[in-house]
Amino acid sequence: MCLGVPGRLVELYVDGDLRMGKVVFGGVAKAVCLEHVPEARVGDYVLVHVGFALARIDEAEARRVFDLLETLGKLDDVGVP
Amino acid sequence: MKFLDEYRDADAASTLVSAILRASTRRWVLMEVCGGQTHSIVRYGLDELLGDAVELVHGPGCPVCVTPLETIDRALAIASRPDTILCTFGDMARVPGSRTDLLALRAQGADVRIVYSPLDAVAVAARHRDRRVVFFAIGFETTAPANAMAVSVAHRRGLDNFSALVSHVRVPPAIDVIVDAPDNRVQGFLGPGHVCSVLGTSEYDDLSRRHGIPIAVTGFEPIDLLSGILAAVRQLEDGRSEMENCYGRVVRNEGNASARGLRAAASSPRPFFSIAAPRLISASCAGASPGRPRSSPKPPTAFRCSSGARCASRRRGAACAVR
Repeated sequence: MCLGVPGRLVELYVDGDLRMGKVVFGGVAKAVCLEHVPEARVGDYVLVHVGFALARIDEAEARRVFDLLETLGKLDDVGVP
Repeated sequence: MKFLDEYRDADAASTLVSAILRASTRRWVLMEVCGGQTHSIVRYGLDELLGDAVELVHGPGCPVCVTPLETIDRALAIASRPDTILCTFGDMARVPGSRTDLLALRAQGADVRIVYSPLDAVAVAARHRDRRVVFFAIGFETTAPANAMAVSVAHRRGLDNFSALVSHVRVPPAIDVIVDAPDNRVQGFLGPGHVCSVLGTSEYDDLSRRHGIPIAVTGFEPIDLLSGILAAVRQLEDGRSEMENCYGRVVRNEGNASARGLRAAASSPRPFFSIAAPRLISASCAGASPGRPRSSPKPPTAFRCSSGARCASRRRGAACAVR
């Protein structure tokens, strides 16, 4: 139910009094309400839940788990028990 | 797709599984809070990969499963009324009430429409000004702001034929009940990433401190879940109990101020609808009598999940025995 899907914001527009955007998910574009992420700009990735963007995806934070993986991979290489 | 494919990488998952197996000196019991997390764990077989290192207990799940039977019966009663359109998320359509479900009712002629977004229900109300449109607004803290926004937009647009049957559920009280249960075996939690994207992490900081239990807030992809499990296992092995945000690309510690504000605003009644203040289980009905907001947060007596089985353990948020 709390499913959230990341997509790329490709267009900003206004529908009446609502801040909206066109978000592309792997080739499929959908209208998404951007009222909760006023900071989102074209080109950003946003997390979308039931037609609403809940967060702008932080690219620097996204890399952290891969930094951890790199460290773990090195531990694997040296055979740490 | 970016932010999905790399979090499903098999080699990365294997590295994390090795790290978890290495870190565990005994079998730890963790609970993933969200149904979406359970779905990923089972879909990718993560529970089987972890062998004897970690037992994953499935948590209170999703708001569909914990919607009280009485509320589903109210939705069915509303959908049965003439000149009424009931809009619902697809997940809710098959969940049985006392005698039937929304899809079966639709087959008998009721106007039940499945919507993807609460704003779609508002659009239905705009297209059908001569009919009452009731949105079945269920959700955890993740969905409550979207539901509240739909009601607010309908109000601003003068759509007095729109109302919402509300059943919002909060997560932290369920965690309290689980940890305090005398037969609790859960030693750490994978916290609900998307709930935290709205409300932030402070409540989970508090839960972790009060109960002395690790909470790793995670996302829903295999790499997210495994990195959360590794964080929780390392804490347990070190004798630590902290809230650890392992889903930083989406969850800010302060949450989303705009969505959080709307969720709070949802507790004050407006002229033609009502939304109950979200509690562990609370529901109110505006759909049955637009214009006269009613609030009835009485304790529910029964829950049913989509399997159709009664599930008394839901009342205290315990893991579902029926899968």
